[in-house]
Amino acid sequence: MELFLDRLVIGLGQGAIYALLALALVLIYRSTGLLNFAQGEMALFSTYMTWQLIEWGLPLVVAVIVSMILSFIGGAFIERAIIRPVGDVEHNPLSIVIVTIGLFLAFNALVGWVWGTDGRIFPKALTTTLNLGVTTVSWQTVVTLGVLVAELVVLYLVFQKTKLGLALRAVASNSESSRLVGIRVGRMLMFGWGLAATVGALGGSLYASTLTTLDPSLMAVLLIYAFAAATLGGFDSPVGAVVGGLIVGVVTVMAEGYISWIGGDLKLAFAFFLILVVLMVRPQGLFGKEQVKRV
Amino acid sequence: MTRLLDAADVTGGYGPVQVLFGLDLVVDEGEVVVVLGANGAGKTTTLRALCGMIPAKGTVTFAGESIIGKKPDDIVRRGVAHVPQGRGTFADLTVEENLRAGAYVRKDDEIPADIDRWYTTFPRLAERRDQAAGSMSGGEQQMLAIARALMSRPHLLLLDEPSLGLAPLITRELFTQLADLNRETGMTMLVVEQNANLALDIADRGYVLEAGAIVTSGTAAELKSDEAVRKAYLGY
Amino acid sequence: MTATSPSSGTTRRASVAPPSGVFSNPRRLVVRVVATVVIGAILIYLPQYYPAFRVGQFNTVICFAIAALGLNLLTGYNGQISVGHGAFFGVGAYTTAILVADHGWPHFATLAAAGVIAFVLGVLVGIPALRIRGLYLALVTLALATVFPQIIKRFSDVTGGAQGMRVPKFRAPDWTGLKDDQWKYYVLLTCAVVAFVLVRNVVRSRVGRALIATRDNETAAAVLGVNLAFYKVVTFGLSAMLAGMAGSLSVFNDPFVNADKYGINLSIFLLVAVVVGGAATIFGPAFGAFFIVFLPDWLPKSYPQLSPVLFGAALILLMMVAPGGFLGGVHQLTAWAKRRLRSSSGDPPAAAASPGPTSGTTGPGDELA
Repeated sequence: MELFLDRLVIGLGQGAIYALLALALVLIYRSTGLLNFAQGEMALFSTYMTWQLIEWGLPLVVAVIVSMILSFIGGAFIERAIIRPVGDVEHNPLSIVIVTIGLFLAFNALVGWVWGTDGRIFPKALTTTLNLGVTTVSWQTVVTLGVLVAELVVLYLVFQKTKLGLALRAVASNSESSRLVGIRVGRMLMFGWGLAATVGALGGSLYASTLTTLDPSLMAVLLIYAFAAATLGGFDSPVGAVVGGLIVGVVTVMAEGYISWIGGDLKLAFAFFLILVVLMVRPQGLFGKEQVKRV
Repeated sequence: MTRLLDAADVTGGYGPVQVLFGLDLVVDEGEVVVVLGANGAGKTTTLRALCGMIPAKGTVTFAGESIIGKKPDDIVRRGVAHVPQGRGTFADLTVEENLRAGAYVRKDDEIPADIDRWYTTFPRLAERRDQAAGSMSGGEQQMLAIARALMSRPHLLLLDEPSLGLAPLITRELFTQLADLNRETGMTMLVVEQNANLALDIADRGYVLEAGAIVTSGTAAELKSDEAVRKAYLGY
Repeated sequence: MTATSPSSGTTRRASVAPPSGVFSNPRRLVVRVVATVVIGAILIYLPQYYPAFRVGQFNTVICFAIAALGLNLLTGYNGQISVGHGAFFGVGAYTTAILVADHGWPHFATLAAAGVIAFVLGVLVGIPALRIRGLYLALVTLALATVFPQIIKRFSDVTGGAQGMRVPKFRAPDWTGLKDDQWKYYVLLTCAVVAFVLVRNVVRSRVGRALIATRDNETAAAVLGVNLAFYKVVTFGLSAMLAGMAGSLSVFNDPFVNADKYGINLSIFLLVAVVVGGAATIFGPAFGAFFIVFLPDWLPKSYPQLSPVLFGAALILLMMVAPGGFLGGVHQLTAWAKRRLRSSSGDPPAAAASPGPTSGTTGPGDELA
């Protein structure tokens, strides 16, 4: 029983990390209808920025906040300068895939070029653990889960209760009609990307402070898990991203633990099959809305 | 009566394909003006050119100011509302959210009052206020699209083929409501329609569009009695 | 009541360009034959002229070209985006490696085996892919590409795991008098020519038209009687088969297989080759393969870490400027040139079609009313 709970807690911890990146993926999808294959590498770049700010003497929390702000600006800029000129995803999905792949390669290499490929030490925010009697939880995990919940609350309030949120959802639903009611669609798209980049920066920084090392290979595999989480939860649901992430985390850890044949190597394969099955059986995920396409 | 919309020699199209070849039309305040034409004549393109959704050349003035070359969100802010072809409702948003979105450009606090007003005019929308717009029938979505457009308190309402895809009974009801709207509030309307009979019944004046230019114009009565128009568009 | 007549007297619709019979048919045929002979001669001469290392690079280009050809069939002509063809390539490579190294098969026989196995796998992936569209399919195939090396490493007793496998070399028979690398080149080139001719015939046939129709508008294609599921799945299988055979051939060229060679990077590069060369063109994949193999040589050597950045930036720019890739860009230029020539001689402007990666014409689709 104890082993089960331990594994559960580890799974939740890992799942929380997946959820952090999945949330950024969902935000991009919600505001622009795209799957951003470069999300992980963008978050990586933001995380390195956080590290750099810490190196320059800023305290951890301040560095993360500054990095988030800079990432917002960067994300908005990328939407305006790079994504928008390529065309919309309905008519030209291949171009979008290539461009996000281009961003993926560029950001990853940029990180290696600016900061080198050796691992960097990232300060751990919290080292203590919480003893729950039957098992122990690291405060790090608790904080991560807390941040996730806080993010969800903020996003909910923004999307459902503000005029800005209404405009963002309108643009995602029908960008042409949005223009007709006077919404400046371009600005909304930029905002969506900026917001996703901000969430990614926060997530990446939390992740790095969990691992305490930072190197360019950090996000590549994480991206697949994050996509699995977002697929399971539903690409247009932030709650889905979090729940999906936690489920993916717990299930993969359990599978690794209880089914010895799977082992560490095939954990990722498991995630892949998850993506495949969900997309076939219930493409809108657990919490997403079903897309009705009228002929 | 003030001239609200004045379009002269408008040309435009989609990329290398030109659709409008020197279009002229005017709309005065309080009028219902219809533009008739067959498929491919350029009716939808006309409305898109007028509200800046496609690049166009020529002269277009609205309430005395030139709007040619301006973006749609700018033109909306000046008081033009466009109900697009196929309704264009925000399918994922609720009816109420659609209406609030319609009022996006407004900064006053009478928005909830307006929403209630349109709920009274279109009771079926009130029934479905928390329902996703995309799950409603075509006729209901058309009403929603019109109500949404009206939420911005426009001076000019553009309607693109409101009858498209709707059952005859619903269409009749719709056009009656449009006529009532014009009579009770003096809302100026420019309606592009294939269903010439219904359109001319509610219109003051009309234009006939063929291959991207106006070929005939006149009052609704004149058009209805014009033999060429009758044969081509009214079916008798 | 006024009746305004149309503004100009002549037809006002944009007229379609006359068929490109600027050259009458015999002349075009001669040009084509001459071009083929010249290019053929150059291709045959290449390995005699260049050293073994270069020829080895050409061989790699040929393998990637065949794989990209397969991917182009799926993504360019049929609109199913795959970022996972490196896995099929790898399957073919490992099939050959295992059969030759552990079971003593002759190289050529393994080519057929690799093709069959890859085809079956392609069909297996193609069936669930029926329900997944666009970016989501890209995602699934991306995940597949990431997972493949891990699966290989997991079954290390068969595959050699992380260390890889060394395979007996593919040697030139004595009667040819050729050096190994030259022999490999000619074998690979022959296979490539066969593959390209076959694909070209498929694309130009009714089958090809069905594929393209499915890509551009599935509903319309279905309504017109195209059996969507059949064509989409078979196309997946065929494209995987070509990638698998290309992978098999790559082991002829380079007798060392290693899981990391067939991962996400390869899948990305193959897709890039398709798009850069020109999606939905016959020879685009060849240009694209050339590009991805030789680009690292052309980039400045001083900042090696920077080259993927430049590569990424180049990809982005390309999508903005010439989504039709190299051949697409060439097509755009010639069409533009032809338009300038015609308009200067007073003919009405032609409705130009700029080939993007997915569809033939730009525009609003069906809204011309």
